[in-house]
Amino acid sequence: MAAKSTLINMAACLTGVCLVCSAILGGTYAVTKAPIEEASRKALLEALSVVLPAEGEVNPEAQTVEVDGKSYEYYVQMRDTAAVCWAVKSTVGGFGGPLTLLVGVEPGGVVHATRVLSHSETPGLGAKCETDAKFIDQFKGFDTSSRTLKVRKDGGDVDAITASTITSRAYAEAVACAVQAVAKIQEEQQ
Amino acid sequence: MSKFSIITRGLVKENPTFVLVLGMCPTLATTTSAMNGLEMGLATMFVLILSNIVISLIAPMVPDKVHIPVYIVVIATFVTVLQLLMQAYVPQVYATLGLFIPLIVVNCIVLGRAEAFAGKNGALDSALDGIGIGIGFTLSLTVIGMVREILGSGSLFGWKFLAGDGILAFVMAPGAFLVLGYLLVLFNKLAKK
Repeated sequence: MAAKSTLINMAACLTGVCLVCSAILGGTYAVTKAPIEEASRKALLEALSVVLPAEGEVNPEAQTVEVDGKSYEYYVQMRDTAAVCWAVKSTVGGFGGPLTLLVGVEPGGVVHATRVLSHSETPGLGAKCETDAKFIDQFKGFDTSSRTLKVRKDGGDVDAITASTITSRAYAEAVACAVQAVAKIQEEQQ
Repeated sequence: MSKFSIITRGLVKENPTFVLVLGMCPTLATTTSAMNGLEMGLATMFVLILSNIVISLIAPMVPDKVHIPVYIVVIATFVTVLQLLMQAYVPQVYATLGLFIPLIVVNCIVLGRAEAFAGKNGALDSALDGIGIGIGFTLSLTVIGMVREILGSGSLFGWKFLAGDGILAFVMAPGAFLVLGYLLVLFNKLAKK
């Protein structure tokens, strides 16, 4: 049966348990640190390969740009010495929480492709923004100089997912933010 | 009590979900599909077995007044270990269950078993209790997930047998309560016989 509680044995017991537990956690952290970094790097590279064109070199080091007080992480794809495409990480508020996209943008504001990095949209409705090919494919080659990145309900040229206007709106907004960020990047380089 | 009945007790007589009605937060939130339910059940079972064993071993040395904090620290340690391992080796699973893994710490089933069983019994019995309750929890979550996936998405374990959407409400929170409620009634009616 449990020992009788005194101040000393309670303190000693808690200290001992905490010491052992932190040692175990420290050990696990050390062992899993490399695989976790490897896994997240792989996920990033995989996402980059989707949103950027196949040719050219991608610099896997993130850079940041600030637009209207919001900072964006981005990755540059170089061909020879010229930048041909930027992949911008863009987060906006969706229906169920933050919606983070990786958006490939070519010079002149043409969207190359998009990919959802993380979302918390409603399963079966807004969550389709990750899987609905018809919705995702309409952003491929979307030229923002002639078309507007807004859902049709708001007077733009994006077809929303049925019954998920808010998610579609957020998606379009995230892409639009990424295009703006790239415009700023190009401006700064000139 | 025989070793075997310790395991089977967790499946029917003391089924954590349908009889004890414990751990409702992950039960309702993660059972949007059969696979999610199964994975969540297995993750909880891992923590339950290990924490039961360790707690049954240290319980005689722990002063009575601090036994809850000590149990929670032990449980939290195993949950964090599990979280790190999942992040490292099964990142896809971690991406779907992410938020609910740390919440295993406050799952009443884990602390409940530590308090009600592991603290008073030996390591072997406690391990068996963890296995029994763990399997009971996993099966319950999988069944709820199966029902919700069939009705809500027209698929089972990701295999789609129905084109289109299904009844979306079942994938969302109201469906979780409905399915849980009906299964609870059904289970208790069958189990009583």
